[in-house]
Amino acid sequence: MIRVRNLWVDLGEFVLKDANIDINHGEYFVILGPTGAGKTVLLESIAGLYPLKEGRIWLNDEEVTKLEPEKRGISIVYQDQMLFPHLSVKDNITFGLRIRKMKPAEIERTLSWLAGLLGIQHLLSRKPDTLSGGEKQKVALARALSVKPRLLLLDEPLSALDPNSREILQRELRSIHEEYRVTTVHVTHDFEEAIALADRVAVIGDGCVQQIGTPEQIFRQPGSEFVARFAMVRNIFRGEVVEGEDGDARFRVDGVNLSVVTGHRGQYHASLRPEDIIVSHAPFPSSARNSFVGRITGIADKGSTLLLTVKVPPDFVCLITRNSFDAMALSIGDTVYLTFKASAVNIF
Amino acid sequence: MEKQWLKSNKLTLTFILLGAIIFLFIIVPLFRMIFASDPGILRETLFDPEVTKAILLTLWAALIATGIGFVLGVPLAYLLARYEFRGKKIVEGLIDVPIVVPHTAAGIALLFVFGRNFFMGSAFNSVGIQFVDSTAGIVVAMLFVSIPFLIDSAKEGFKKVDVRLEKVARTLGASSWQTFFRISFPLAWRSILSGNIMMWARGISEFGAVIILAYHPMIAPTLIYERFETYGLTYSRPVAVLLILISLIIFVVLRTLVQRGKQR
Repeated sequence: MIRVRNLWVDLGEFVLKDANIDINHGEYFVILGPTGAGKTVLLESIAGLYPLKEGRIWLNDEEVTKLEPEKRGISIVYQDQMLFPHLSVKDNITFGLRIRKMKPAEIERTLSWLAGLLGIQHLLSRKPDTLSGGEKQKVALARALSVKPRLLLLDEPLSALDPNSREILQRELRSIHEEYRVTTVHVTHDFEEAIALADRVAVIGDGCVQQIGTPEQIFRQPGSEFVARFAMVRNIFRGEVVEGEDGDARFRVDGVNLSVVTGHRGQYHASLRPEDIIVSHAPFPSSARNSFVGRITGIADKGSTLLLTVKVPPDFVCLITRNSFDAMALSIGDTVYLTFKASAVNIF
Repeated sequence: MEKQWLKSNKLTLTFILLGAIIFLFIIVPLFRMIFASDPGILRETLFDPEVTKAILLTLWAALIATGIGFVLGVPLAYLLARYEFRGKKIVEGLIDVPIVVPHTAAGIALLFVFGRNFFMGSAFNSVGIQFVDSTAGIVVAMLFVSIPFLIDSAKEGFKKVDVRLEKVARTLGASSWQTFFRISFPLAWRSILSGNIMMWARGISEFGAVIILAYHPMIAPTLIYERFETYGLTYSRPVAVLLILISLIIFVVLRTLVQRGKQR
């Protein structure tokens, strides 16, 4: 288990304040944040490669705050791999083992295990500069795993790859993790990557940890406007939660009342995912408590799906598939009905 | 394609012409002197014990200076490449001062410090090392005027090594010493080596600072100067030709070795 307490990282123009993060043993933990939020520095701080301004770090109940990086048992994989250019793939992977003066037979065994695991047997005698991005990243991963780290840090490991190798490596990261359960902290700015890989996610931004939770929680119940925007919730309203005549909560924004499920009253934010809204030509009879009529003011084509902007007011962004869009023959200016459940609205 | 472009481009043509002038300016005097020499006299000079002694002393003293520069200069170059600190610009500027000061002035400054009247000179003197009119003096003069070349080149070499390569090595269990010797140093090696070659070359060609500290024992540049002053052009030329030829051969070989290493 990793515990990070009151961590301050000072980068001049950027400061990460008072970060507290707990990572469970064997967990795949994703730190999600926009580019330039200091995610790399956060990882380097955990690995002991960047001086802490303040804060303490524990690794399996041992405080490592002041421990030399080579004594922590924490491996790191960078976005641009950082393979040693003067060493072959094999020597890159076995670097940590040779430093430990491990027996040659044992080095061979670890090497062939890792090469098999990542499917890079055919690359072992090559030099790093002859490899593709995906191959390099696999070698970097093998090198990081070779020393059997207590904690594996991945700094945007998929961001520099082409979509194809990205998908392959993402699947591999997941399956390797499922098999060996190496505690992993993976940093990314890509929301979908985080959802696909993470057991839990921490969203950082504006110099602090915004929210920690399962991907589902981050996705459905963003705890702040920053997280909601980052999770591409798209519909974020600022308004007031009031008591309805029936005793249920209503969220009042731009003169409309949304039925919501919450115990809060007062000024709050409401978020609603675009795919949770049903679009129809006529009123849609259902158990859903919210039904509004509006006019289409914008259509954004995303290929197999489209995003409609519907002015009620306020503006709602709704996601529909291309098939529905074609079948309904929608165009700008059309009047449509929007229907969604009270429980689809997240109040924060 | 490229040839046609060369022909039609007026800028390139002008630059070729200007470049050719300065190139000829460099090689004509050297080649004229080499080819104007009588091979017989050249051979005779080669077997003149005074000449061989002076040339060997030059090469040897410059090599020792380079060795000292390597041991003391590479660590400094690494520090300058890796750390930011107050006054770093000043330190970097001061390191390059030996390049810009007149070398006779540098010699006088060295004489002040390494002469017996200053504590450094007397400290060395008490362990039996003298700098005035000695090989040690020659080495010190060469070291002073040539060390900037090594430090600057090694510094650039270390700067090109991504600091994250060192960080990765540390996380894999390498101590800072192991990281330096297995990652940083091998990756900067080519720059360090060419810095060493530059430094050695600069040492071999040094004259001004050396004669102030140590006119004797005589290094080749001093011998050339003395023969020129005493006997004139005819007697100084063969020694000069010999030194030029030896230097040329050494540096062509070393450069080829460095180039070959680059291709591999």
